[in-house]
Amino acid sequence: MPVSLLWAVDVRGRVYRLSTGGQQWEQCHDTKLEFKRVTAATQCCWGIACDHNIYLNVHASDLSIRYQEETYENQRWNPVDGFSERLLPSDRWQWSDVAGLVHQPLDSFDLPSSGWEWEADWYADENFEAEPTEKGGWTYAMDFPATYTKDKKWNSCVRRRRWLRYRRYKARDSWAKIPSAQSALPDPVSDISCGGWEISEEPRGRLSLWAVSLQGKVWYREGIQHHNPEGSSWTEVPVPGEVVQISCGPGELVWAVLWEGQLVVREGIGRDCPSGGSWIGGHWVVVGVNVVWAVTKDNKVWFRRGVNSHNPCGTGWIGMVGEMIMVNVGLNDQVWALGSAERGLYQRQGVTASELSGKAWRALSAPRDSERSHSSASTSSLHSAGCFFTGEVRGQSAASDADSDIERERAASGGSPVPATSDAHVGDPGHAPDPEEDGQPGQSRGPLWSNVDLEETQSQPDPVVEGAPGWAGPDRADTCSLSSVVTYSLALEEEPYGEDGPPMWAWVSGGGCAHVLSFPWTALVQSVQSMSLSISPGQTAAWHQQILEQLGQRSKREMENFKHYEQAVEQSVWVKKGTMQWWRDWKPHKWVDVRFALEQFSGPDGNKDGILFLYYNFNEEKKYLHAFVNEVTIFVPVLNDAKHTFAIYTAERTKQRWPIRLAASTELEMHDWLALLSVSCCDSRGIQGPPSKQAIWSVTCRGDIFVSEPSPALEALPYPTPCEQMFWRQVGGHLRLVEGNSVGVVWGIGYDHTAWVHTGGYGGGIFQGLASSTDNIHTQTDVKSVYIYENQRWNPVSGYTNRGLPTDRYMWSDASGLHECTKTHTTTPSPHWTWVSDWAVDYGVSEGTDREGWQYAADFPASYHGYKTLKDFVRRRRWARKCKLTTTGPWQEVPPIALSDVSILPCAAQSSVEVVPLWAISNKGDVLCRLGVTTLTPAGSSWLHVGTDQAFKSVSIGGASQVWAIARDGSVFFRGSVSTCNPAGECWYHIPSPPKQKLKQVSVGRTSICAVDENGNLWYRKDVTPSYPQGSSWEHISDNVRKVSVGPLDQVWIIADKVQGSHGLSCGTVCHRLGVQPLDPKGQSWDYGIGGGWDHVSIRGNSMDPPRICLPSLTDQSVPARGVPHPAQDPEGANGSAGGC
Amino acid sequence: MADDKDVLRDVWFGRIPTCFALYQDEVTEKEAEPFYLLLPRVSYLTLVTDKVKKHFLKAVKPEDVEEMWFEYEGTPLKWHYPIGVLFDLHALNTALPWSITVHFKNFPERDLLHCLSNSVIEAHFMSCIKEADALKHKSQVINDMQKKDHKQLWMGLQNDKFDQFWAMNRKLMEYPTEEGGFRYIPFRIYQTMSDRPFIQKLFRPASPEGHTHTLGDLLKEMYPAAIAHDGDAKKYQVLIQGIEPLLETPLQWLSEHLSHPDNFLHVCILPVPTD
Repeated sequence: MPVSLLWAVDVRGRVYRLSTGGQQWEQCHDTKLEFKRVTAATQCCWGIACDHNIYLNVHASDLSIRYQEETYENQRWNPVDGFSERLLPSDRWQWSDVAGLVHQPLDSFDLPSSGWEWEADWYADENFEAEPTEKGGWTYAMDFPATYTKDKKWNSCVRRRRWLRYRRYKARDSWAKIPSAQSALPDPVSDISCGGWEISEEPRGRLSLWAVSLQGKVWYREGIQHHNPEGSSWTEVPVPGEVVQISCGPGELVWAVLWEGQLVVREGIGRDCPSGGSWIGGHWVVVGVNVVWAVTKDNKVWFRRGVNSHNPCGTGWIGMVGEMIMVNVGLNDQVWALGSAERGLYQRQGVTASELSGKAWRALSAPRDSERSHSSASTSSLHSAGCFFTGEVRGQSAASDADSDIERERAASGGSPVPATSDAHVGDPGHAPDPEEDGQPGQSRGPLWSNVDLEETQSQPDPVVEGAPGWAGPDRADTCSLSSVVTYSLALEEEPYGEDGPPMWAWVSGGGCAHVLSFPWTALVQSVQSMSLSISPGQTAAWHQQILEQLGQRSKREMENFKHYEQAVEQSVWVKKGTMQWWRDWKPHKWVDVRFALEQFSGPDGNKDGILFLYYNFNEEKKYLHAFVNEVTIFVPVLNDAKHTFAIYTAERTKQRWPIRLAASTELEMHDWLALLSVSCCDSRGIQGPPSKQAIWSVTCRGDIFVSEPSPALEALPYPTPCEQMFWRQVGGHLRLVEGNSVGVVWGIGYDHTAWVHTGGYGGGIFQGLASSTDNIHTQTDVKSVYIYENQRWNPVSGYTNRGLPTDRYMWSDASGLHECTKTHTTTPSPHWTWVSDWAVDYGVSEGTDREGWQYAADFPASYHGYKTLKDFVRRRRWARKCKLTTTGPWQEVPPIALSDVSILPCAAQSSVEVVPLWAISNKGDVLCRLGVTTLTPAGSSWLHVGTDQAFKSVSIGGASQVWAIARDGSVFFRGSVSTCNPAGECWYHIPSPPKQKLKQVSVGRTSICAVDENGNLWYRKDVTPSYPQGSSWEHISDNVRKVSVGPLDQVWIIADKVQGSHGLSCGTVCHRLGVQPLDPKGQSWDYGIGGGWDHVSIRGNSMDPPRICLPSLTDQSVPARGVPHPAQDPEGANGSAGGC
Repeated sequence: MADDKDVLRDVWFGRIPTCFALYQDEVTEKEAEPFYLLLPRVSYLTLVTDKVKKHFLKAVKPEDVEEMWFEYEGTPLKWHYPIGVLFDLHALNTALPWSITVHFKNFPERDLLHCLSNSVIEAHFMSCIKEADALKHKSQVINDMQKKDHKQLWMGLQNDKFDQFWAMNRKLMEYPTEEGGFRYIPFRIYQTMSDRPFIQKLFRPASPEGHTHTLGDLLKEMYPAAIAHDGDAKKYQVLIQGIEPLLETPLQWLSEHLSHPDNFLHVCILPVPTD
């Protein structure tokens, strides 16, 4: 779990934060400011300080916030001076923006605020359309404006070049003052709320920040995004009345409370208009994605039930136990609150997607750092054990007791809230609940909240809340803060607030706290209790150790001397049977019912073995098919919408490209079988425990992870082990790619770009209990999107409608248009995936879309474009819905930066303390270098951001620290001067791409460099030598390649796109290049292994070739460069195609 | 580092070397050699003694053969207790092998249940499992299993197939993570000094305040005398699967790892041998 922060302000105005991985409240010491309120997002926290200014605290991260400023230098040729800065009067400025319309000399660029600093000076950009240009970076054209080329021609009369300079945001982990809304008329800010991060993923880091001034005006901060964390300006948003409090959810909803106690809701907030269109009257307040919580003036907490995207108003209010002065909804709809009596911090327990109201309040108490240093010995034992929760809040009044009854009732029914007619706390739908109607029968319904009441309030601090019906924001103390109070008046408190007392909080914000069910803090409850029995954590295992010892003694005592005795029970054959469906071998292929059995027996040498039987009927005749378990090479789950299918391959069937395909009736049954079959297969092959360091990793398109133990003969010359004989076993978890190296450092990246590191364990997922290690297995989640397409055809009468021609595709379909996929009927990939969002238009389609997400084309199926032309008669748009998988596996998250690619030096030293170079690309395209990776700490310690001028997509590090990378536009770069002392290297060298091809992935072995382009060609870099590591040119090896992995022996493995077997064709096949040797690094032909359906393979762990372990250093000339590839003339015919077709 | 899986394996493969001898008075035909066998601790006497029966039938007149039963030092052995429990309870501190006397006559109707076929053992075993699951999961897990799954549990025990048994039994050992344990721990406490067959009460793996219950907590509640107080000499041995776990061992862990295949944690309390 990434570390996330909970922010809170105590009554003295000091800001504290508590991280989910942390042990104590940590005070933000770096400020003398006192704060009134804070509102947090994952990447930053905003606060109102005592001077009524807004401050921003951006979390420090390994990834710096950089902004690229650019300007263009334009020149014209004249016969006298050649190219010079003398332009024609009709020309653009000598220094301009890209369009030539704005005058932009270098000295016109200023830092936007004191939070920024320049990274370096201006320099000319020498990269032009993925190609390196001549020195100076000039591009030439006949005239402005025109298309520019990198080569100077006879008619090139003008030229221009781009200048770049980066500025970096430096004010991190400190409070940076944001200029106030109006400089002329100071109008102090009284409330802020940030949210809106789920409206759209682009631009990156966008937030909505809303502020309320003391005069009741509402302001919206424009332009907050990753590259501009402070935003650019304040815009006043007109409001129907005077606003006291505002709350902004992560999504499209913003609520505000008016002085009069009414609630208003902002309408029209969307991707293109994050500040919304207008206010509509509403009845309700504090908001999450799917929840609304509110606090009335008498400190009662209310939950709005029935709120969802289809019914945003909800159906009614439910009173909750406990009296709170404020509530705050954090990520995942988790709720945080401050108790009214003691100002303690509470967290709502049991908030899940199915029960958004949660179960009970739990006090959250963690020591503060200041407190910890001088806490007494009696408390230190508990404090040192970490945070701990105290008991639940008890209802204090009769009315609250009624609430607890409701809660109990609801807990018992275990489902949605039950409307209780006798329960006065459940208000009428559509009406603001009035606590006066029940709770305090003696009082009549008072007037709505007004300024008059407020003045009375200020003169009589204590009884404030009693007679105040309606809504006044979530905070009683809020009324006091309306005077010029800086922090909350201590006079309100009965006891003087002392340093050593429990913390009294004034404000809490959970917007940056990604609390999920398994919270480390809650986990600590357990550990604290078990520790209460023994003194130190080391002794907690004493009982465990003792049991192991005693069991050992028991076997010794009772069995050692009696081994010659006869066993009471003889071992025999064990059979497991079941019924399944089988994709029959003969045509027409279809699913037929079969009986399936696994017979296991102990072999003569004690090894377990087994046979699989599949009994079927052929022309009324009973027949069977069988496979010896020790001949099976893999059991692999297959992606199938309708059935729970898996495939069984043997070496023979891999050659045929025709596995035994079976479907179980339920997913659970399939998993039971898969786990059993895999264990049986591993038993018969004598494989157990975690994967070796040399293991070959691969990932299927379903996200399943497989690992294979290489035999020493796998890379043998001239007769390697055929790769169809490799045995693959599954490892728990769900990943998109896995990369390893030969010392056993293995990293993976999930579909949601989360980085994971292999813990050294095995099993997890469907392998529970016996086939799995018990420690080293962690919960793993992954999120991916399911896409469907909405298709429309144009007709002259009504324009684009969902009425297509009879020959057209379904109006709601998959990408191919062949299958109908409606919003309601499209299901998650399997029952293990659950929906976590609603359907939303996806604008991130590669061809681009219009503002409503449509793509246009002349007809189905065709190539689509993101704008409408006269020739377009059809259009489509993509809808996406996110679903989430929760599984387990030997993987631990490496927060917080999301990655799209990773590469580990394949041939690192064997020493456990040696730092292993690891490079990665973030999912935003930043190039990163991981520090502190060793075999003992495979997760490393921190990221080093390597500056680039553009976003990258692939990186690979090979022998002698050669780093190659590919930018999103296809430019290839070599990183110079990378070494152990200088892990990030010095500078990028732009390498020309193969002619007319855009590369997409690169892999660097010991000396070999291979790359794959977007058209599936595999290229080899020629003439790479220690003195000239950039090489000379790209040489074509093969087509039909999707991905390449070059190993520490320079062995080349790929995922091939199409491979023809005797019975079928497979896409996504693991293939091995044969005949690769130092004199012929390109190899001769392909050997086809497991597939199809594979997406990724990493061969980078397999360095099993003892004579080659000593590596030549490319930088150290004194070492003879053994095995450096010589330019080998390859006969043309040897360049086979990976597809073999 | 040792894995808890190894604990399960050790528990399952626990064996007691046993010497079966025919009761002197029943020897009629010819002298019967004693019969030596390794008995699985987790199984039942009548389930694993087919060989014993076959061996001694040769020495007994057919007309004298009634139901076979076992006795140790004058105590008839209850076949419906797991073998390990019988051993720990009656013969733990004696020399091995365990000498059991075999009878074919004078079945002690008052002390033992009849066991005429394996189906009786199966019925007893399954009812124990069901009772245990009722305590652990309100019977939800066992009821969700199919008939063949039940059969797999039984066949696993009968044929001494660890993998086969645990492939299914692990489901019975699961619990929702948010609850942190079973509803109640299925346990039985046996004592030699009492006429009560065993103590069995409702006991949760954790207190309402969330404290993890330990073996010590269980004993405090069920059999306070078994806990030695500071300074006092230890009076009782508390045995589970033939070993004495520390009192601070969490009960939930014990239930998951040291239970017998019937899913009960069988605890034997014996006075410390005086010698």
